[in-house]
Amino acid sequence: MVDVAWQETGVDVQDVAERARVLNRLRIGDIVFHRITKTAALLVLMVLGGVIVSLFLGALPALQEFGFGFLTTQSWNPVTDKFGALAPIYGTIVTSLIAMLIAVPFGLMIAMFLTELCPMWLRRPIGIAIELLAGIPSIIYGIWGLFVFAPFLQQYVQPPIIAAFENIPVLSTLFAGPPFGIGILTASLILAIMVLPFITSISRDVFDAVPPVLKEAAYGLGWTQWEVWRYVVLPFTRIGVIGGVMLGLGRALGETMAVTFVIGNAHKISTSLLAPGTTISASIANEFTEAVGDLYTSSLIALGLILFIITFIVLAIARYLLLRINRRIG
Amino acid sequence: MDASLYASRRRRNVLAAVASYAATFVGLTWLALILGVLFWHGFGGLSLRVFTEMTPPPGAVGGLLNAIVGSLIMTGLALLIGAPIGILAGTYMAEYGRHTYLTSLVRFINDILLSAPSIVVGLFIYYVMVRPMGHFSGIAGAVVLSVLVVPVMVRTTEDMLTLVPDTLREAAASIGLPRSLMIRQIAYRAARSGIITGLLLAIARISGETAPLLFTALNNQFYSTNLNAPMASLPSVIFQFALSPYKDWQDLAWTGALIITLAVLAMSIVARSLTGTRKAS
Repeated sequence: MVDVAWQETGVDVQDVAERARVLNRLRIGDIVFHRITKTAALLVLMVLGGVIVSLFLGALPALQEFGFGFLTTQSWNPVTDKFGALAPIYGTIVTSLIAMLIAVPFGLMIAMFLTELCPMWLRRPIGIAIELLAGIPSIIYGIWGLFVFAPFLQQYVQPPIIAAFENIPVLSTLFAGPPFGIGILTASLILAIMVLPFITSISRDVFDAVPPVLKEAAYGLGWTQWEVWRYVVLPFTRIGVIGGVMLGLGRALGETMAVTFVIGNAHKISTSLLAPGTTISASIANEFTEAVGDLYTSSLIALGLILFIITFIVLAIARYLLLRINRRIG
Repeated sequence: MDASLYASRRRRNVLAAVASYAATFVGLTWLALILGVLFWHGFGGLSLRVFTEMTPPPGAVGGLLNAIVGSLIMTGLALLIGAPIGILAGTYMAEYGRHTYLTSLVRFINDILLSAPSIVVGLFIYYVMVRPMGHFSGIAGAVVLSVLVVPVMVRTTEDMLTLVPDTLREAAASIGLPRSLMIRQIAYRAARSGIITGLLLAIARISGETAPLLFTALNNQFYSTNLNAPMASLPSVIFQFALSPYKDWQDLAWTGALIITLAVLAMSIVARSLTGTRKAS
């Protein structure tokens, strides 16, 4: 069309050809760029596929050898080549759950502070400070936990706890001595500190998205701040908060270095929370480079596969819930 | 009766406020405590020697030069590999396939990869690179880190390009600019500070990564820039030295930890001030 117009004004043929060439080049450039970006997007999917396939292939020897019993056996013996994943799975789940039990109330209270009580000018600095906690690499938490936190717990916190619960039936098993300092409980506490910023920042975001009209209506009825938060804000944002909690749980389940430093790496299930244990990621980090024999390596990769499946499910639920609340608000 | 009801409601409200203040105080105290301890243990060891000498054998003096260089090389390579892929994928999602099924699928998967345990990514690269090659190598370390860079870049690029007003795109189209040129010369320019923020966040994310490096790049006591050989990195040296029984190694680990933390915090603060928005979780 354009070219017809050019011809009518009497521009010579060479210019028209040149122009056609340029347009053609631009069109090809367009197609190529489109293809390249699409390939890159597909590559993201391929990474996930690659992770799943390679973990599965790597885990296959162990899964064939031990079958379903791999999940239910506690023994982990490199000498006799007998491996079972029960102790690491138990450690992973217990440390993450305790961490969430501590971090969720704290995170929600901080988010409430940031959205309801905090003076405006302080909101951003405090929010950033809490988020900086999330930016600190996990190995820093690990070294801090090993040299500062664990000795502190061992000296000042664990002995009184052991003494206090000595004669109470259930608690005396849960908190049975001796005070090692490192162990399941220490790892859980460090994890709690690590996931706190994730829960806080997501809860704050969804709290902020509550329409002011709803809150004002409740205040107009004479509700207190706590009542407004508890009966208006929280129910309105429930799905988003759960999504944030699941996201934090996903982090806690997969956290490696911080836990590796303080959990003690003992492949057994103890009833006491003060005893050393292990988690999936800590086992892999501690043993992988030293693993001799295909079955040992394969068992560790199988642990990785289990971890990936667990976190994938938790994170998928988290993203689904967050997507739902975003749709509702947005 | 009313009076007691009011009193109990007020009491509950005060209690909640106190709990909320206390929680925030505790959260901030942790941050201060961690930073304080890091400075306390690490600052004394901070000297020029740390940046000019190799990691020492136990009992000798030395620095962290090989670890710092290794970290820089692997981080740089990881960005070179991961950032273009992430930016291009984000471009597809925001510009070409904004409402397609593929985009929502990639976004969902990408969000999961963003928080997936990095140690699993390490196992993946171990299986596809280290095992076939037969030995640990710096390049495998770089590839692991690049896999961790991609989701961060995808997320920020898509978010930032979506924020670019459509009127800009329409204006470009109306003067006959092809779509690919419009994206590269207008949309990218409008989203530049956001994409740079993403880069900084990606660097902050990978510069502290330890777990996946343990069985890809391994570690190296000596200065080496050979990508085909095991390579030292700051986090893995910290891991090794901190768990050692030697006092001078532990001190060096603290110094290394301080360096990493300061670098990471500086980058996240710069990234935040660049856009004024929060980081993509």
